[in-house]
Amino acid sequence: MITKYMIGTNNGQPAIQVTNLSKNYGSQVAVNNITFTAQAGSILGFLGPNGAGKSTTMRMLTGYLPQSSGKASVCGFDIQIQSLEARKNMGYLPENNPLYPEMYVKEFLDFVANIHQIKNKKQRIAEVITLTGLQTEQHKKIAQLSKGYKQRVGLAQAIIHNPQVLILDEPTSGLDPNQLIEIRSLIKELGKTKTVILSTHIMQEVEAICDRVIIINKGNIVADDLLANLISKHGEKTLEPVFVKLTKAQNR
Amino acid sequence: MYKKELYGYLSSLVAYITIVIFLVVLGLFLWVFPDTSILEYGYAGLDSLFSTAPYLFMFLIPALTMRTLAEEKKEGTFEILATKPLTDGQIILGKYLSALTIVLFALLPTLVYYYSIYNLGVSKGNIDTGAVIGSYIGLFLLGAAFTAVGVFTSSVTKNQIIAFALSVFLCFFAFSGFESASKILSLQKFDDVLLNIGINLHYQSISRGVLDTRDLVYFLSVIAVFLLLTKLILGGRKW
Repeated sequence: MITKYMIGTNNGQPAIQVTNLSKNYGSQVAVNNITFTAQAGSILGFLGPNGAGKSTTMRMLTGYLPQSSGKASVCGFDIQIQSLEARKNMGYLPENNPLYPEMYVKEFLDFVANIHQIKNKKQRIAEVITLTGLQTEQHKKIAQLSKGYKQRVGLAQAIIHNPQVLILDEPTSGLDPNQLIEIRSLIKELGKTKTVILSTHIMQEVEAICDRVIIINKGNIVADDLLANLISKHGEKTLEPVFVKLTKAQNR
Repeated sequence: MYKKELYGYLSSLVAYITIVIFLVVLGLFLWVFPDTSILEYGYAGLDSLFSTAPYLFMFLIPALTMRTLAEEKKEGTFEILATKPLTDGQIILGKYLSALTIVLFALLPTLVYYYSIYNLGVSKGNIDTGAVIGSYIGLFLLGAAFTAVGVFTSSVTKNQIIAFALSVFLCFFAFSGFESASKILSLQKFDDVLLNIGINLHYQSISRGVLDTRDLVYFLSVIAVFLLLTKLILGGRKW
């Protein structure tokens, strides 16, 4: 048990530790006092209806938004006090995958690699391009790529520095079934060695790749369990009815 | 960051068009339009260059800087930058220095004008070189201050047009607004203060070829104030 906690962590702490984290926008509470941890070598599904606070939580974890209260750490680095260290150890794919359309794929990856001060830059860029299946598109401008390939560029920039933690906000939204399968298998592969948190609205996706599930509703965590446990606990066969039950019950 | 931004400028038309417009308009004022032409004026001096250039900078520098942060915010790419191991200060400085480099590129070709007047003088070389050097330093500092204003206004909004309009206004007001205000009768008591806040006084002073540390400190503080304000606005993440 102890060894499991030690894998890929810093100071013996879990890869991601969130304690009583909250975010308020004025009087509106977006994320309310949530606490969870994520271990290395696992994929954590982050579910919830639109506006539940998924993206806000991820933005706080990545140091984009400052939290209103509470603490969080990535690889043992506090996201506020040791923000730069924490950011060095994580890769982030934001919602809607914003990219610079006027840049070339390779130029963009080179730019990101420079920020991370990667040593064997050329080699690593080539590796990442192969890993994400961008070989045929690597000399194009980002604006010329289809949505699926843009998503791969987004994923490539997130993993280029080989981070221990990956935070993916709806990585598969808007992809066709073939692209879905490819991106999912890539994420699953990455999840063998890294800590992955991904948010999604597709229940089948969670069932296909996630080990653990956190369901968040109106800023509160309503479920945090292993996927199989969660389903059997509610006496269901799939995740969908469980999700509906947990997120609708709170609405009434 | 600096490198990426500079390449960004060089691979888009914005920078080239801005530089070309700057040079063409300046050339017209200097050689063609009779009111300001050096040839009509009869004295070998670059005075009209240094009095026209600030007004061109007032429009062209905001055109260069308006997209720097406004576009990142609008497209959401700022989220990519902000979650990389970069501080906000590094991001702002990268944007600022790259825009400033383009301003420098626009200034360099005007040295040709200096060279021609140097040779056109009745006795060759009959030009106050010290004043010209001072004026160039002044013009560069002025450009640097306007660039800082431009980056700041770009951080305030997502809309590039608003950023442009706002920075033209701010640049104009800082350059000659304070000076004009100092002439308002009821503000006569403070005319000295107002004059000193305005950019023009310091610009003129450097242009005379006298490099006073007070003027240098003034320009550097204007730049620092606007870049720090930019950092403050970005840190708030309110958009």
